[in-house]
Amino acid sequence: MSDFDIRYVSRLARVSLTPVEEEKLGNQLGLILGYIAQLKEVDVNGVEPLAHAIPLVNVTRPDVPTGSLDHEEALRNAPARSNGLFVVPKIVE
Amino acid sequence: MAYLKGAMEYEPVIGLETHVQLKTRTKMWCGCANVYGAPPNTQVCPVCLGFPGALPVANEEALRLTVLTGLLLHCEIPRFAKFDRKNYFYPDSSKNYQVTQYDRPSTREGWMEFEFDGEGAADGIARVRITRAHLEEDVGKSTHFDRHSGVDFNRAGVPLLEIVSEPELRSAEMTYAYLKTLTQLLAHAGVSDCDLEKGMVRCDVNVSVRPKGETRLGAKIEIKNMNSFSGVRRALEYEIPRQIAALRRGETLRQETRRWDDDSGITEPMRTKEDAHDYRYFPEPDLMPFAPTESWLEEMRARVPELPLDRKRRFVRDYGLPEGDAEFFRHHVELGNFFEQAVKAGGASKPLANWVINTLVASLSAQAKTVADLRFTPGQLAELTELTASGRISSKIAQEVYTVMWDSGEAPNSIVARLGLAQVSDAGAIEELCRQAIAALPGPVDDFRKGKVAALNSLKGQVMKLSKGKANPQLAGELLEKLLRAG
Repeated sequence: MSDFDIRYVSRLARVSLTPVEEEKLGNQLGLILGYIAQLKEVDVNGVEPLAHAIPLVNVTRPDVPTGSLDHEEALRNAPARSNGLFVVPKIVE
Repeated sequence: MAYLKGAMEYEPVIGLETHVQLKTRTKMWCGCANVYGAPPNTQVCPVCLGFPGALPVANEEALRLTVLTGLLLHCEIPRFAKFDRKNYFYPDSSKNYQVTQYDRPSTREGWMEFEFDGEGAADGIARVRITRAHLEEDVGKSTHFDRHSGVDFNRAGVPLLEIVSEPELRSAEMTYAYLKTLTQLLAHAGVSDCDLEKGMVRCDVNVSVRPKGETRLGAKIEIKNMNSFSGVRRALEYEIPRQIAALRRGETLRQETRRWDDDSGITEPMRTKEDAHDYRYFPEPDLMPFAPTESWLEEMRARVPELPLDRKRRFVRDYGLPEGDAEFFRHHVELGNFFEQAVKAGGASKPLANWVINTLVASLSAQAKTVADLRFTPGQLAELTELTASGRISSKIAQEVYTVMWDSGEAPNSIVARLGLAQVSDAGAIEELCRQAIAALPGPVDDFRKGKVAALNSLKGQVMKLSKGKANPQLAGELLEKLLRAG
């Protein structure tokens, strides 16, 4: 798989890999991609791309408030909190 | 070559991506309230906090407002739209993706017209094509501290419309006019409150420059996350000359994202194309596609209000009003509707426009009332203008009748009859009053005879006073002149 770059993919996924892992996972993911690539051989001319596996459209709900989580409950799994905010390492873009 | 570059004329090419929060009661995918200013993380639930396993369900009103916007912007409304995941890591998006519409948006290929004088416009009107307006979700709001960031997810999942224009804006001023019109339009249609103070409108500005006459686009510079219109204008007033100066120096511009610093008034580099995001869009498996039916679309078409600019043009065309009056009724919709009903009830348009714009507006604001509070009907105002037009009452008496009508809602004809306010056009009766006036004011009589024609006004005033305003002023003038020249 020439267009597959394990370092790029792991960086996008925010997963840091050791060189050994890069080698191992790179090979494994390459095999998976190769397997899936067989689908490219199917002639799909005239076939509409599928947006969803279930043939269902227009699933909506009315615009009516149904309430929110209790504030304490919402923050229960926060890594850290301050003044009602979820506190995370500083990331500015 | 450097000499040639220095002498070359350049022009800017600007396109906008405008994000507008939709005016719904709840968020896009869950029943949390879409409200501004609540204490942090009080309008959140497993769906908008991105808990694993929580399933989103589309808000039907947000879908309606999206299509309504498409119709307002003369867009095509595809019969099939879907949602996609845009993947990136940032603390304000707890799911690590934002749900948006990628290749099958709900609206596309429209246009908007707006009033503008300058390059890119003809006869005071500019038209800009709209690439698409698609639905997505807002993300949380981060506050940055020394070493940490705090995130409030109340805004996460609020429905957001991204309106993308073609790169057809030609100046900072034109971009400003486009933004003003777009947001007025959306506020007018009830799509969004477009309150900039509350962060309801944010835009990304794409700007490049190219030699005049060149048709290809130059390197695209994106200025991210602008939250005020004056900021957009100032950023462009800085960025356009910056790019032109760089090209004149012989530099090559590269595609990059820049940040506007409102305090120092400059843009600065944020990231270049090399480290641009790779969003890896794919269809959102948790949401079903949206396929509007003909009957549903018909309902949306019925909800499309008249566009402000169309309204102005119609008031000029159908009622023969001057631009200024039409401009007034474009902004004051209620008063404009009142005016139109009065015209339909049989009044002449220009006198009615004058009554509404001058008198009615003044009394409404003096008493802090709205059109809905009025005791009299549009038909009654039309009746009042007819009384003046036919000469049954003078314009001065009309003001009196108006006051009574304002207080009671009594019909003008009935007020005039009850209070005996009809104009006196009986020559005999007026002549008698003229004689009294001449006897009472020898000074002006003298002046008139010496050739000072303006002195007639004092005498006319006296006749009006004696008649309690009811004498036909024109007739009074004629009779006075006749008597003075005779005697």
